[in-house]
Amino acid sequence: MSLDPAYLEYPKRGRGMDHDYYPYSRFDTRPPVQWRDGKQVAIWPVISLEWFPITPSDEPFRAPGHMQTAYPDYRHYTAREYGTRVGLYRLLDAFEAIGAKISVATNSAIADRYPEIIEAIVGAGHEIVAHSTDMNGTIASGLPEDEECALIVQSLDTLERVSGSRPRGWLSIARSQSFNTAKLLADAGVDYMCDWVNDELPYRFATAAGDIVNIPLNHELSDRQIINVQQQSADSYVHQMQNAYAWLAGEADTHGGRMLPMHLTPYIMGLPYRMDAFEGLLRWFADQPGTWFARGDAILDSWAAQQ
Amino acid sequence: MREGAADPGLYDFKAWRGRPKLAWPGGKTCAVWVAPNLEFYELDPPANPHRKSWPKPHPDVVGYSHRDHANRVSHWRMADVMSKHGFPGSVSLSVALCDHIPEVVEDANARGWEFFSHGIYNTRYSYGVDEAQERAIIEDSIRTVRDATGQTIRGWLAPALTHTPRTLDLIAEYGLDYTCDLYHDDQPTDVKVASGQLTAIPYSLEVNDHYGFFIYNMSPREYADTLIRQFERLATEGEESGTVMCIPLHSYLIGQPHRIGPFEEVLKHIAADGRAWIAKAGEIVDSFRGQTGDAL
Repeated sequence: MSLDPAYLEYPKRGRGMDHDYYPYSRFDTRPPVQWRDGKQVAIWPVISLEWFPITPSDEPFRAPGHMQTAYPDYRHYTAREYGTRVGLYRLLDAFEAIGAKISVATNSAIADRYPEIIEAIVGAGHEIVAHSTDMNGTIASGLPEDEECALIVQSLDTLERVSGSRPRGWLSIARSQSFNTAKLLADAGVDYMCDWVNDELPYRFATAAGDIVNIPLNHELSDRQIINVQQQSADSYVHQMQNAYAWLAGEADTHGGRMLPMHLTPYIMGLPYRMDAFEGLLRWFADQPGTWFARGDAILDSWAAQQ
Repeated sequence: MREGAADPGLYDFKAWRGRPKLAWPGGKTCAVWVAPNLEFYELDPPANPHRKSWPKPHPDVVGYSHRDHANRVSHWRMADVMSKHGFPGSVSLSVALCDHIPEVVEDANARGWEFFSHGIYNTRYSYGVDEAQERAIIEDSIRTVRDATGQTIRGWLAPALTHTPRTLDLIAEYGLDYTCDLYHDDQPTDVKVASGQLTAIPYSLEVNDHYGFFIYNMSPREYADTLIRQFERLATEGEESGTVMCIPLHSYLIGQPHRIGPFEEVLKHIAADGRAWIAKAGEIVDSFRGQTGDAL
């Protein structure tokens, strides 16, 4: 039996991408981006701050890091809470020690449940990025559009009410979107999203509700990928981040400013035995003359002003 | 192949011991070829009943955009490092890339790289295609690459490593010289095909960057060390009879900022060693056939 003849038809086979979200752009022919004070590399720390209900939902999918044993999974529920109660504060202290302002991608349930955390983040000059409602708030195709819209708006409204300002950025759980997500985010007034990982600079993303900017948050350099998924040490994470910095700083000398995302999870990096290595990395970055530690909104505004 | 047989009968068994000596040009002991995959993955491809294109519902944002990093960013980074140290590419090409992102294909062609087909898209699989459909894919590949680059493809790496029992016979019938789909040896081997002549050139899953990073979970330094050990062993054994080392790459992996620096050290090491014949796939097949004819 042969395959359906349609399988050998290629209606989108033509110049450029096979969708209308963004055009093709090669990185070494764009006008160079200049960061403030001639800095080479914008280091963008993003902490994912998540609340996992002990009653996981598999619709549309179970979030990475979610409950794994039969109910009640105290092991994972409390281990995630350790990150929120303890690990987060270790990370915030480490950034404060070098004077860096960062982004914190926050489930709105954190704001409802622990407003003192939001106060600590905002009071220290950090940025809140909306990160869905809680870790059951996953998005994928098949989620009805009105439910997806309600989830986005609830996240933004709650974080605005508790933090005092509406988040300008959005990070989906597991970076998973439906075909509607970018449009719904633009419609809700979000300025940038962090889900698509195809670049190392921001770029414009078109939707039926107008443009939104995507600022790629490299998933391969996240602590989750390197430490949890690939089972490497905090020291190896440090070496990889240093290698990435060195390469990007070299490129910046010839091609313009570069961006290095640093995606962190409190219950992963915020453990006692990893923190010394991590703090050493932050001090190393701070000692490099080309470093600009930046919030996502600062990177967005700096880049957008040059377009 | 012998369809349905327990041994598909792809080649004769020939033990590593006691083979006639293969000699590479200039007295080099190990032929090293670099095989970047230049690919295009579709955001919303049609379903093949035998295999899903993406593990997640479409759009698989991370899967798609990670691979798109190749054409926007990391190809250019990887290709510059290869050129800087004198390594040409032998490209496993999703031929639809010639239509979508001709800049990448033109760049590889301008660097003197060789192209072979890796199917139309890496999101279209051979499973379930009939002979006429498979012929259409092969003819499309030959025509598309010729129109875009002037080159006539000589080799094949099945799209996403999906084959039919006919694939090797058909590509030989169309005059292709080599397949990258058989991983049984560190020297080239002639494949038993219905007509024509087909050589299996050593490719490698084991030192493929995808296996290194996502099957074996290597750090960039560990992967670089793996490639250097692979080369050292093959270059030493190649004093007895010439060996082949393939370095299969995906720019969206090796061209990431944390990996490209350690990888550059590998290319520096191999180039400085003096025992490597840094070559393209077709050159290795030609040298092999020139020494063996149909003998192996």
